[in-house]
Amino acid sequence: MPGELSTILDHIERISELDLEGVEPTSHVVALENVLREDEPRPSWPRERVLEEAPEAVDDGFAVPSPGAEA
Amino acid sequence: MSELLALSGAQAAERIRAGELDAGELFELYRERAAADELGAFLWLEEGSPKQAPAIDSPLAGVPLAVKDIFCAEGVPTTAASRILEGHRPLYTATAVGRLAAAGAPMLGKTNMDEFAMGSSNENSAYGPVRNPWDETRVPGGSSGGSAAAVAAGLAPWAIGTDTGGSIRQPASLCGIVGLKPTYGAVSRYGMIAFASSLDQAGPLTRDVTDAALLLRHMIGRDPCDSTSLPDPGEIELPSAERLEGLRFGVPPELTGEGVEPGVREVFERACATIEQLGGGVEEVSLPHSVHGISAYYVLAPAEASANLARFDGVRYGLREDDGDLLSMYETTRDEGFGDEVKRRIMLGTYALSSGFYEAYYGRAQRVRTKISQDFANAFERVDFIFTPTSPTVAFRLGERTGDPLSMYLSDSCTVPASLAGIPAISLPAGLSDGLPVGVQIAAPAFSENRMLDAAHALERAFGFEGRPR
Repeated sequence: MPGELSTILDHIERISELDLEGVEPTSHVVALENVLREDEPRPSWPRERVLEEAPEAVDDGFAVPSPGAEA
Repeated sequence: MSELLALSGAQAAERIRAGELDAGELFELYRERAAADELGAFLWLEEGSPKQAPAIDSPLAGVPLAVKDIFCAEGVPTTAASRILEGHRPLYTATAVGRLAAAGAPMLGKTNMDEFAMGSSNENSAYGPVRNPWDETRVPGGSSGGSAAAVAAGLAPWAIGTDTGGSIRQPASLCGIVGLKPTYGAVSRYGMIAFASSLDQAGPLTRDVTDAALLLRHMIGRDPCDSTSLPDPGEIELPSAERLEGLRFGVPPELTGEGVEPGVREVFERACATIEQLGGGVEEVSLPHSVHGISAYYVLAPAEASANLARFDGVRYGLREDDGDLLSMYETTRDEGFGDEVKRRIMLGTYALSSGFYEAYYGRAQRVRTKISQDFANAFERVDFIFTPTSPTVAFRLGERTGDPLSMYLSDSCTVPASLAGIPAISLPAGLSDGLPVGVQIAAPAFSENRMLDAAHALERAFGFEGRPR
């Protein structure tokens, strides 16, 4: 994989030859504006159904292994 | 039975509405064909009749739809062809799938794809490759390879897929069918598992241009669940044009010269002659920065992917490989869950976004994206459409490019520029080269899908592509 990544990066680096002075970057082709909505309570997903998808659940939440790493 | 298979989606819907064809019978016909599929096109199939029988007077009248496995469907296994989502059953349905179901197209099954839509051959699926129905030793293209192969082989009347850099158009081209990527923002991305959010768009893969228009009509529109979906992009009309008088097609030398194999160029040149026979004009128009499209794309798309795929961490859904403490659980889960190409792109993306390299890679690539958009804008002052081959080659052999990711990436060199510019493009089959289909691509200004579909319709009639796999 390191060799493949180098080949890809060599190809990508061709853009370093371009004169891009003063060119605005495009992060998105659609002009996005922040959208706010009223902060009103509304029904959410049923907790049991959401937890059904979890690899491990405990009580009412997702279970994760201990962060461990005692200092 | 073979008579039913010959019907396009629109024709089948028409027959059902006229009471000449039973929607349940059509669904079962396709379900049985898909169940016997030996191409590897499907990852999941509806077991019986559709859960909610569509009304026969609905626009799509119950004609079944194959759905790329990147679209969430409530309660239906949805994996994006990744091990990391094995067994996942989403809580909700993607807006595009929901709208098509509401318009009367029930889901027939979920189709195979490159893992997380990363690939151009469908060989990156964790669940095995898809074979091209024209030649089973060859790839169907990707990433929507299962959808394209299913439609081409008559395992589904029509399908939907997603296109980030060519993932609808390139497989459509390699399988001899029609594939359309809409203007960015035309179709809601809600419920589409995210790859590169500023590029991803859903669209149809169909047997003909009319079917593509019909499906697209029922996919588009503002969705409060996707802030990038645009208000009322305008109704999609069914195309009717037979001539191309007054229309100018620009052919960019940058995308039609070096790298395009002779057999593809031959079909493309014949297609240019057909445009002129139909009264249209063909002229050279330069897209000088399009040659840098692949470079910019393989910075921007992996950068966005590296952020989007951070959510797969073994905590809330999908795979968990437990191996001691929390950090090693994350690491083992992602190592076991992601395939090589996904890992490659996450590494490329995080590298391009890292503090010492951000400006040299991500910053520059965003500026190249601006230049590519400006090239199209300049071209569209002179011409109505940009016309190129869809793929520089016909379908390649399974395994031919898996050892050389860059050569795989270059198979999207003709499709990536329109993705970066966010403009619509359609691929339609124009002929055969050595018995394999060759697609041509029409790209158009943002939100001119109706004019693009009309031009494609006129060309489709003139090409008379009747090819079907043996």
